Amino acid sequence: MTVGTAVSTVLDRDGLDALITLLAEDGRTVIGPTVRDQAIVLAEIGSGADLPYGWGVELEAGHYRLRSRADGAAFAHSAGPQSWKTYLHPQRERQWTADLTADGDMEVREETSPPPSYAFIGVRPCDLRAIAIQDRVLGGGPHADTRYAARRRQAFVVAVECTEPGATCFCVSMGTGPAVGPGYDLALTEVVDGRGHRFLARVGSPEGEAVLARLPHVPADEETAGTARRLVEEAAARMGRTMPEVDLRELMRETLDAERWNDVTARCLTCGNCTMACPTCFCTTVEDVTDLTGEHAERWRRWESCFDVDFTHLSSGPVRASPLSRYRQWLTHKVGTWHDQFDSTGCVGCGRCIVWCPVGIDITEEAHALDAERAAASGDGEVER
Amino acid sequence: MTVLAPGAAPALPPSPYRVVGRRLETSDTATIELEPVRSGLAPFSPGQFAMVYGFGVGDIPLSVSRIEGDRLTHTIRSVGAVSSRLASLEGGASVGVRGPFGTGWDLTAAMGRDLLIVAGGLGLAPLRPLITAALTAPERYGRVNVLIGARSPGDLLYADEAERWRAADARVLVTVDRPDDTWRGDVGVVTGLLNRAEFDPGATAAFLCGPEVMMRATARDLARRGIAADRTQVSLERTMHCGTGHCGHCQLGPLLLCRDGPVVRWDHAEPLLAVREL
Ligand SMILES: Cc1cc2nc3c(=O)[nH]c(=O)nc-3n(C[C@H](O)[C@H](O)[C@H](O)COP(=O)(O)OP(=O)(O)OC[C@H]3O[C@@H](n4cnc5c(N)ncnc54)[C@H](O)[C@@H]3O)c2cc1C
Ligand code: SF4
Ligand code: SF4
Repeated sequence: MTVGTAVSTVLDRDGLDALITLLAEDGRTVIGPTVRDQAIVLAEIGSGADLPYGWGVELEAGHYRLRSRADGAAFAHSAGPQSWKTYLHPQRERQWTADLTADGDMEVREETSPPPSYAFIGVRPCDLRAIAIQDRVLGGGPHADTRYAARRRQAFVVAVECTEPGATCFCVSMGTGPAVGPGYDLALTEVVDGRGHRFLARVGSPEGEAVLARLPHVPADEETAGTARRLVEEAAARMGRTMPEVDLRELMRETLDAERWNDVTARCLTCGNCTMACPTCFCTTVEDVTDLTGEHAERWRRWESCFDVDFTHLSSGPVRASPLSRYRQWLTHKVGTWHDQFDSTGCVGCGRCIVWCPVGIDITEEAHALDAERAAASGDGEVER
Repeated sequence: MTVLAPGAAPALPPSPYRVVGRRLETSDTATIELEPVRSGLAPFSPGQFAMVYGFGVGDIPLSVSRIEGDRLTHTIRSVGAVSSRLASLEGGASVGVRGPFGTGWDLTAAMGRDLLIVAGGLGLAPLRPLITAALTAPERYGRVNVLIGARSPGDLLYADEAERWRAADARVLVTVDRPDDTWRGDVGVVTGLLNRAEFDPGATAAFLCGPEVMMRATARDLARRGIAADRTQVSLERTMHCGTGHCGHCQLGPLLLCRDGPVVRWDHAEPLLAVREL
């Protein structure tokens, strides 16, 4: 088999199970979707039996519910409450420690605990792009985050194409799915039909090729490959949401003083849930602690949200004191200024922020409203809602 | 996967430095001098900043207020936990330093032009190494004007140095908001000094640092006097927790100020600062 060609193979459920076992035997921490606390979460899985076979989700703004699926599919659900950043860019991490020596000098040691070697099972196309975006933010630029880079380099990624978009998904608008883009080691497309339950598998890297070669698999038959392609194409036509078909970066730049910001701010609780759920949001703050002797200090970094009023704390007070300025910062950063800073969008259309917002604020609805307001102001009439 | 580019400063951890000198500048501001315990960081240029760590309390962005070989000098106003700790450190104390970070002042853009350097309060600190650099290469620039504003005579920084700048042919003008009984100089905002500065607006480069309102007022005034917005540079302050473009706090619209700033050309900064709470 050759990497990067269309050559593909088919795994059955046992083959997928064997993949998980093999990755664990190789010393990897295998993370995948599994049902816990009425949701499909990402957690360490021990075998294929932990995958959410037979579970789907019902999504709406501010709403998430599990529902059982008659077809027994494992990956026919959309993004859950967490994303892969939980593992690659953890919520809380020690960065370095410092000790005062007897002669009063400071010894600083960078965190050296070996980064875990992960295998991710079931990375959706939108989330694969989100990982690539965090690579640029944290691994790119003049100063790379070396621990992020180390975790990332070691991670083995099994992507899964989407055949069943959720009502809050808009990856087609963002150009991120439902077909998988580059960056995976193996990519699966789940097919359940009269001929059984199976996964079309494609190789994206030499590591992926080596792993696949050790699994029981058969070359892909035309029918399975064709069905997989058709399911993904159909999914693209069934997106739950869309973004306005305009240059979003320009839209954000041109609507900084729109009336709509007042409207959304009247609803937004500035709770920051959207930023925690978002797979690309990367902002952090630091905590410095000392032990009781006062001679050992540690530097920890943890996620922080641009919705916190202290986020822009200066000795003269916060820069973004009003909730309006904080919601506007979030949205304009996601789909606007992210392009200026990191040469890509900061939104992959996963819909998490819509689902996990306690008051159901919908990023796509806000973008459409801004577009409509801009069009009305410029007097060129009709825009699509 | 992008790997650490050759020559890039590592993001972590801080390098140990030792305090080798301290001088009280005003009632709440001190200058400390630091030398590396082992090897020094890459050289800093005027306008760049370091993240300076006080043991166990945290690190904050501080501009270099003098650059001499491996020795870093910072002038620090005590406004909170970390700045108070650092400003109170005496000779022999240890700190951690990361950097150099950020864009420096672009002095090459000033070649052959008159210089207009305008400082408000502590804003003189990041401008001092620029003034030194300009005065050590007088053949490259036209007339050098240094305009300084402070709250009161007691808040003036580097008073003895201003004499040396005058001796090196700089035109140094000073004003205070609140004079005391001994003050014989100018009173009022720093823009009030512009009429007495000597510069040809069509061939001038301006460098501003101070409170944002002061920089806005000064930059607008300069534009009215005919200095093109792209010839004025300002140094902006936002919250910074990493210095490496990863923490997200220092955003000003499209800019990450730890990376794309703190020194920004006025034609870029003006439309951003015009939006309230951007
Ligand atoms: C590029 C740059 C250069 C600077 N140069 C100087 C200088 O030369 N001299 C000087 O005295 N001051 C300078 N400052 C301002 C200085 O960094 C702040 O006064 C300092 O961070 C305040 O921290 P604190 O803990 O003492 O204060 P607090 O107000 O108690 O701050 C609490 C916490 O908030 C955060 N915080 C508050 N203000 C800032 C800030 N501006 N940036 C980042 N975090 C902040 C810090 O994490 C701090 O620990 C500079 C700021 C920037 C952005
Ligand atoms: S902004 Fe919302 S839809 Fe876009 S990537 Fe983040 S969570 Fe997903
Ligand atoms: S948009 Fe929703 S989730 Fe985000 S801060 Fe506002 S209320 Fe919270």
